[in-house]
Order: sequence, then structure tokens, then C-alpha cells
Amino acid sequence: MKAVITVIGKDTVGILAGVSGECAKNGANVVEVTQSVMQDMFAMIMMVDISKCTVPFKELSESLKKIGSDFGVQVHVTHEELFNTMYRV
Amino acid sequence: MINTNDILETINMIENENFDVRTITMGISLLDCIDDNIDKACDKIYDKICRYAGDLVKTGEDISIEYGVPIIHKRISVTPIAMVASACQAMKTVKFAQTLDRAAKEVGVNFIGGYSALCHKGFSAGDYALIESIPEALSTTERVCSSVNIGSTKAGINMDAVGKMGKIVRQTAELTADRDCIGAAKLVVFCNAPEDNPFMAGAFHGPGEPDCVINVGVSGPGVVRAALAKSPDCDITEVANIVKKTAFKITRVGQLVAQEASKRLCVPFGIVDLSLAPTPAVGDSVAHILEEMGLQTCGAHGTTACLALLNDAVKKGGVMASSHVGGLSGAFIPVTEDAGMIDAAKSGCLTITKLEAMTAVCSVGLDMIVIPGDTSAEIISGIIADEAAIGMVNSKTTAVRVIPAIGKNAGDFLNFGGLLGGGPVMEVNYASPAKFIGRGGRIPAPIQSLKN
Repeated sequence: MKAVITVIGKDTVGILAGVSGECAKNGANVVEVTQSVMQDMFAMIMMVDISKCTVPFKELSESLKKIGSDFGVQVHVTHEELFNTMYRV
Repeated sequence: MINTNDILETINMIENENFDVRTITMGISLLDCIDDNIDKACDKIYDKICRYAGDLVKTGEDISIEYGVPIIHKRISVTPIAMVASACQAMKTVKFAQTLDRAAKEVGVNFIGGYSALCHKGFSAGDYALIESIPEALSTTERVCSSVNIGSTKAGINMDAVGKMGKIVRQTAELTADRDCIGAAKLVVFCNAPEDNPFMAGAFHGPGEPDCVINVGVSGPGVVRAALAKSPDCDITEVANIVKKTAFKITRVGQLVAQEASKRLCVPFGIVDLSLAPTPAVGDSVAHILEEMGLQTCGAHGTTACLALLNDAVKKGGVMASSHVGGLSGAFIPVTEDAGMIDAAKSGCLTITKLEAMTAVCSVGLDMIVIPGDTSAEIISGIIADEAAIGMVNSKTTAVRVIPAIGKNAGDFLNFGGLLGGGPVMEVNYASPAKFIGRGGRIPAPIQSLKN
């Protein structure tokens, strides 16, 4: 089971380390990372395997969002299934 | 990996375009709660609702967090109470409304629908008792919604019921005059009412439905408008394509949420209702979609054509995205719940006569329209009869949810707050249909061929 973490906002030193560190702490394995610039905003998308995650999804999501707000960026955590459903027939 | 742009598009839809799943509605049959003792029947109803829907709100919230898509409402619809009430010797039908209200509070849903009667061909004793009790029921409860089906394509229109409902709508508004007449905002008069509609105030759990079922209503006017705004100069064929593609994506999420809720609650999945349901929030308006298509203001000449295109494209896009489609399915045009409609009505560009024409091509009917407080019961019945005739002849659902603003006149404003919004009092035609309404009887079912 995989989740997609998106980080959107101004590029900030330490955000990647912050998010991936929190994933590691909770047993979520980072599988893939991509970055892009949308208009003038920085967007990082991280695919993580949460099948061995040690905390409930809600907790993981809340802790990552907290890190996002500390860095002044928006963080979303979503089951991969949402995107598969919307964009694959 | 999933396409980056797709992910960012979805996040943008949620963050900036008011994308949400509007409602997860659990339909619960109360046929096994029937008892000739009204107190026993009420106890059975309360227990069954609390037992079946105890986890509904939490499940909805969990799914919302995991998939990152807001699920705005968790609601319940039940068997039309008139069917349950028919068995009771003591016709204090309002007790059922109070029981539903208590159960809704206990499980934490904001509305419960099904204080309803199906009397398109005639009244049973239970139907009549329930209809009589609607003003008291809606003024003494907070979360109960009521609907009455007074016509269908196969049965025609029960004009006795139409006459009765004009009076009931007025009385309901009068009894809640101190609260901006909110009672009437929770009362819908239908023609061709669907049995699996998840949207309030018209939701009820039809007699043909299983014991319990999960229906989901999608939304997303803001997403459709934003998609159209990206192609400001394309032709109308392309406009229809954009709406279809967007509706497909929206509905896929509805289907995902419905399946997940069904699995977690161990309740069969019923339908996804493919509707564009606006809210008063800026950027979540059906009127603004029509304006994005090229109308100066919603209500201008051309509005009906734009709405017909929108309604059809939403269905075409949504049908392939879901395994079962039902409910109302189409674009909603509730005036007080749509920022663009409110502005258009205030400016005088959008009138009741134009709205009536629009209902011939869209999902529901004259919805959430505030009318002057001195509108007579017969005029309200006339509005209901006209709307029912459009539904009956065109084999579609139509409905009337008008709110007589007691003590107010055209140009004044009612404010319900929350998702019910608020709106200006709109002018009605005061010429009297009293003799026509007073005749009673039934309008015969229309012929189904020779369609011109």
C-alpha cells in the first residue's frame, strides 16, 4: 500500500530531510521522489510505501502536515488509490 | 509513478476549487420497525438507526483523511415515514419526526431524510396524517427533512395533494417565521421522486431498496468552472468535452469513496449520484459555470441552453466513471445555495419564470427560492402544479422547495446560514389560480408516444 506526499510552497532548506525523516521515524519507506516547479511554486512529490508504517494513517498525515506548517509549505498525504482511480481507466 | 501533473491537478482541485464529495448517505429501511403501538415503533426506529449508522460519521471522516478529499456530509435516509405510520392506531405522526431527530443527533448526522409520503395517485391514512403533521414536525425538530411525492409520469398528478401542499408549505414557513422560515427549506414537493437520492432535503429510502445501502453524492461546480476557464475561447463542442472529462474525474472519486464506505461499514453500495451541487462559498457555483460558458449573468437568454449542455455532459462523463448511477444526477440550481444565482437574482436578471424554464433541462426543480410572505397557498400550489407538469411530461424528476418569507416582500433578504445559504425574496405572479387548484382530482398520466 502506497501513499503520495505532496509538498507545495516556497523552496526551503531542510524540507526534504524533514519530511523523509518523519517517514523513516514512522516506518514509511520512501520509494520515489520527484520535484517540479508549478508557476512560481515549488512542488515535491514523494511516493512512500506505508505497508509497514508503525502509526495509523491519520497520525502520519498529521505529523507530516505539522512539519509542512513549520516550514511554511502545504503538505498533503493521500492514498495512491485516489490518483489511480481518477486518471486511469 | 503517477503523472506529476495529475497529482498537482488533484491537489489544486481540493485546495482551490472546492472539490469535495458532498454526501455519504446511508439508506435504512424501517419496514421492520412497523408496529401498531407508536411508542414501540419509535423505539424500534431509534434503535435500528443508532445500530446501523453508529459508525457512519467516523467512517466518513476516516476516508476523508486517507484520500485527502473532503466529505462534507454524512447523512441518513429512511423509509417514507407515512408507510410506517399507517400501521399506528394513534396518529400522532410527529412523534416519528422527534424520534428521527433524536437518532440523528445521537449518531452525529446533520440531516435525516424520509419524513415523507408518496401520494402521487392518492392518500392512504398514513400519508394524510403525515402531511398534516409536517408543519409541526419541521418546526419542532432540527435535523429532519420532509418530502412528498405528488405526481409521476405513470400516475399523473394528484391535484388534491398539490392543493394540500401549498397550504402545508405556507404553514411550515409561518411556524418557523422567527427563524427565517427555515422549516420550508427542509420540505420538498416532488414529481417522479427517485428512491435512492442521497441529497437533502429530498432523500428518502424507497420501498424497493434493500435493508440498508450506501449512496454517495458527488459535487464540484468549482472544478468544472476552473477547467472551462483554462480554455476561454474554445467552441461549444470542446466545452462539452471539458465538462465530460471533469465530471468523469469527480465521479471516479465518488465511486471510490462509495466503495470504501460500503466495505468498511459492511453495507451494500447503492448508487453514485452524478450531481453538480453548489454551495454558497465563492467558487462553488453552478451559475458561474454558465457564466464561464459566455453568459453575462445567469438568467440571460441562452441560460437554458447552457444548462442543458452542462447537465447532459455531466451525466455522460459520470456514467462511465461509476458502476451504478442513480438519484437525481444532474446540475442543481438551488438559488440560495449558489453565490452566482444569489447575485443574479438580486440583480433581477434571474427570475422565477426563467428558473422554471431551466428546470425543464436540469436535474431537479425550483429549489431554495424565497418568495414573498404574502404569497397565497393557492399560488404556491400553482407553482407546484406547473413544476410537476414539467416533470411528468418529460419523464424526469422535478421538485419545488420554495420558502415563503413571512412578513417580507420582494427585494428583502432571508438568511438561513450554513450550506442552506440565504437569498433575496423573488417576485411571483399574483394572478390567482385558486379555482383551478380548488377543483381537486387528478391530472391524467400523459401519453408516452407522439412526442412533440
